Amino acid sequence: MWILRLNMADRSYTLEEAPAAYKNLGGRGMTSTLVAEEVNPQCHPLGPNNKLVFAPGIVTGTAAPSSARVSVGAKSPLTGGIKESNAGTPWASELAGLHIKALVVEGQSEAGKRWLAHLTWDAQAARPKVDFLPADEYAGQSLYEVFPKLYERFGRKVCIAAHGVVGEYGYANAGVAYNDLSGRPSRYSGRGGLGSVMASKGLKFVVLDSQGAPGPEFADKGLFEQGALKLANGLRQHDITKPKGALNSYGTAVLINILNEAGGLPTRNFSSGRFEGAAKIAGESIFEGVKNRLGREVYNHACSPGCIIQCSNTWYKPDGSEHTSCVEYESDWALGADCGIDSLDDIAEMIRLCNGYGLDTIETGTTLAVAMAAGVIPFGDGKAAINLIHEMGKGTPLGRILGGGTEMTGKAYGVTHVPTVKGQSMPAYEPRAVKGIGITYATTTMGADHTAGYTIAPEILGVSGKVDPLSPEGKAALSRAFQATTAFIDSSGHCLFIAFAILDIPSAFEGMVEECNGLLGTSWTADDVAKIGAEILKKERAFNEAAGIGPKRDRVPEFMKIEPLPPHNQVFDVPDAALDSVFAEM
Amino acid sequence: MLVHAKLFATLARHLPGTRPGATIEVDLPEGATVADLLARLHVPLEEARMFFVNGRVRPAEWVLQAGDEVAVFPPIGGG
Repeated sequence: MWILRLNMADRSYTLEEAPAAYKNLGGRGMTSTLVAEEVNPQCHPLGPNNKLVFAPGIVTGTAAPSSARVSVGAKSPLTGGIKESNAGTPWASELAGLHIKALVVEGQSEAGKRWLAHLTWDAQAARPKVDFLPADEYAGQSLYEVFPKLYERFGRKVCIAAHGVVGEYGYANAGVAYNDLSGRPSRYSGRGGLGSVMASKGLKFVVLDSQGAPGPEFADKGLFEQGALKLANGLRQHDITKPKGALNSYGTAVLINILNEAGGLPTRNFSSGRFEGAAKIAGESIFEGVKNRLGREVYNHACSPGCIIQCSNTWYKPDGSEHTSCVEYESDWALGADCGIDSLDDIAEMIRLCNGYGLDTIETGTTLAVAMAAGVIPFGDGKAAINLIHEMGKGTPLGRILGGGTEMTGKAYGVTHVPTVKGQSMPAYEPRAVKGIGITYATTTMGADHTAGYTIAPEILGVSGKVDPLSPEGKAALSRAFQATTAFIDSSGHCLFIAFAILDIPSAFEGMVEECNGLLGTSWTADDVAKIGAEILKKERAFNEAAGIGPKRDRVPEFMKIEPLPPHNQVFDVPDAALDSVFAEM
Repeated sequence: MLVHAKLFATLARHLPGTRPGATIEVDLPEGATVADLLARLHVPLEEARMFFVNGRVRPAEWVLQAGDEVAVFPPIGGG
């Protein structure tokens, strides 16, 4: 496996065999190790000394189920700390297919020049090769216009990573976009502004074509296949992940109703835990709405090759033509409940615009909600919200304030009710109603991030046990365990949603570990998973401390400690000592 | 006593003609539990994973009071 470095200052590249110390790293473990070792924590995120690192997971590019994930890491312009944001996309498998363990983007091209890196397989030299092509002609356009042009030019089988026009502006909420299986620019490493880091390098696209490359190499293919089978069986058997199960039928937005019932669905800029319009935007309503508009039931599709879960949906217009894909829970909530908007058509339009402009849907929705709290537009006004996203896409002065993210918008308008940690906005679970996830938001290295330690599983979903979401008791240990296990899953290359199955089915958990052992030749056990994850977290933590983000930043905003949240009228009552114990006792 | 029940996601398939999440009024004897409510609605207990009574997570054996709002979910996930 290769470490490929692109030097954008002179458009040269180097290939080196991955050193022994990196042999067992993949995904988040790889990106965070490289960023921690090579990036000065004091650098400006959009300056010449930041590095953008793409890494496929350990088993990405193999037949392991639901494993086409790529991590991208750098110092984040949104949080000022280390960032890893992963996505499921065919691009991930293609990167692994080129036998690339890490793609490191360094330096900066001359101001205003944009380039496309075309990566192919050089069969004679048995290694990947890179051609740099000018990409200025694609600047300033929607990714929905650009992707078809690239397919026209390079063939439909290539895979594309890109940043949208908002990356060109340098917004702190610009994501990295990848193609889905149908060629849409709909798969995102959305969080933390990494699209702007990519743009700051002058790298507009990375186009991958692994044609002619040999398949993956296994240390013990039999063990790998045994593990993959155990995991696949677990995914097919578990009620959440099985075909026509909850995720395949209703998508991730199946969570809208349960969080609303629990009083933990953040509504109108985190001012209530219940939204009266929840039922209208829930996964069940998406399923019914599609059925009504198409005249047949539609189950969801895979975001990437080899996925068993298949949770990605498509929303259609009243005339039956496609509107957008996909309406994820987080996007649905951020642009819906958090803005007081209950129209799926308006939400779908906003998601389509975010995908086209290159915006993170979560940060965009929470930013609009803060702008609504400030009186810029009224809560619930979908058309006005759509217009504000256009302002962001056009780069107007107001759009640039909004593009700076939720915290920047709060400062611009003097709002005290700003739901962020370390500069990144909270996702779709209210810390005052679900205490464990609040601990994860506060303490993760990523800024407020639900995926970093998804305690929602036992607190709300009854997966891996059941605990009272309103109680703070024992939640620091719960968050710590989830954060460590997650860092491993994010390194394995698997979608985090395998957690629903592997936490309930021990043989599926074993299967994940055996896949890794079969590929790498390691002899990891289930007990090693959390230890390996904890080592990754410690590297990230050390980077953040050196960047000036220490334990005192592991806190939720003050308003959550003093304003009770309806309907349970609770504040965030987790003591600071419990927050500090998450990493102190890791 | 009357309680207000809501069945979500795949559980609504047990009540043909009822939309997921629609409120159903159910008359139960005093002392009835969440499990009794499901039996009355012909929803197999093993298909239900999470029960919320007035917004709080409760077990299947929780004793209901008149006017309670009960929301029942099958195993679901997302994120």
